[in-house]
Amino acid sequence: MAEYRLETPLKDEDIEKLKIGDTVYLSGVIYTARDAAHKRLVDLIKDGKELPFDIKGAVIYYVGPAPAKPGYPIGSAGPTTSYRMDPYAPVLLDNGLKGMIGKGPRSKEVIDAMVRNKAVYFAATGGAAALIALSVVSAEVIAYEDLGTEAVRKLVVKDFPCIVANDMYGNDMYKEGVEQFIKRGKI
Amino acid sequence: MRDINVSELTNAVKKLVMDANYYIPKDIRDSLEKAYKDETSQSAKSILQMILKNHDISREKKMPLCQDTGVAVFFIDIGQDVHFVGGDFEDAINEGVRQGYIEGYLRKSLVNDPVIHRVNTKDNTPAIIYPRIVPGEKVKIVAAPKGGGAENMSEVKMMKAADGIEGVMDFVVERVKKSGGNPCPPVIVGVGIGGDFEMSALLAKKALFRNIGERNSDPEYAEIEKELLNRINALGIGPMGLGGKTTALEVFIEYMPCHIASMPVAVNLNCHATRHKEIIL
Repeated sequence: MAEYRLETPLKDEDIEKLKIGDTVYLSGVIYTARDAAHKRLVDLIKDGKELPFDIKGAVIYYVGPAPAKPGYPIGSAGPTTSYRMDPYAPVLLDNGLKGMIGKGPRSKEVIDAMVRNKAVYFAATGGAAALIALSVVSAEVIAYEDLGTEAVRKLVVKDFPCIVANDMYGNDMYKEGVEQFIKRGKI
Repeated sequence: MRDINVSELTNAVKKLVMDANYYIPKDIRDSLEKAYKDETSQSAKSILQMILKNHDISREKKMPLCQDTGVAVFFIDIGQDVHFVGGDFEDAINEGVRQGYIEGYLRKSLVNDPVIHRVNTKDNTPAIIYPRIVPGEKVKIVAAPKGGGAENMSEVKMMKAADGIEGVMDFVVERVKKSGGNPCPPVIVGVGIGGDFEMSALLAKKALFRNIGERNSDPEYAEIEKELLNRINALGIGPMGLGGKTTALEVFIEYMPCHIASMPVAVNLNCHATRHKEIIL
């Protein structure tokens, strides 16, 4: 299992080398969105309207951060559970989204859309929210301020730690990690 | 009879919600350190290492362990010789939540209406309060902020007596298996058996806040807890669901008598950031 440092926006050649289990430290701009923001983004696409950020090569982080204390760009900011975004993710992937960061397994539809579009899903460590917040250099609400913690934020991150959970080849660490454990136990 | 001004409740609650969100209980910390030593897979080890480092950062910087600082749940034992003065009991608790979540930089995670409007209440109220009248003239408050990820993986099932203990165990193991990486494993598994529909769920929730290693006082249920923990950890789900030895840190069962026709069973899951803090007034 390899270790990479990648810059966003993600390019096809970045994604082609990634395999499940690889550790990745992401740097650059990533965007935050949870269920409520996803619904609005997908509605904009359906209506043929412009999105609040350039989705080509973008990475979306599923997070609703805690409020920032004075002197910090953001409060604790760990991943939320990704399956709630599964109904929306394929549309975003088909429109150029290249990476998603969250926690927990994805649906077959999302995995198929990742294969179809050369995209990747990163698992961040749920509950390691203060640690992850320290990799955020700046944070700015760019859309849907009315949603509070669920607003879309533009984050600049430096060495954001995550693990490749689904690669563009259709592999799923949530299945294979468990299968490997069971296999080892039986030997 | 002892008079307690409700402002004491407000102040206690404010401090409890902040402390519970910044400081991981020692038993959970120790258990996660042990899991880190026991794990052999690279991803499991690196995830547990991050979780342990996160505890240190939270404590030092007073930043919440998890951005999901939860719905504020309180178990409050009220001595029957206590007389609250100076205001409304529930208002005082909610005021403490409001102050604690705002001044403590905790996330406000509640919406006013579950289905139609879903507008954030902006101060994390209302709290969920379970008061109980007990002998004496003291008040014990346990704050147990509960995150959404693990709560969403919980379930109540009205089982039949014929399902037996095997049926109960299969249901619990299956519930954890279906949850996979979603509830932020390693989890704590709270199991409530008996009572009625809603009491089984409340028993399961209460079970979550026992200390790691503290077995049910009934030796038969204690054995079932141990067996369930072994079965769950044989699933291989592991830290954050990416494979490993530690899927659950503990399984706790609480039970009570129930109707001759019924056997309600509830499973309430909690993440590795199981937070609880108590105070006695």
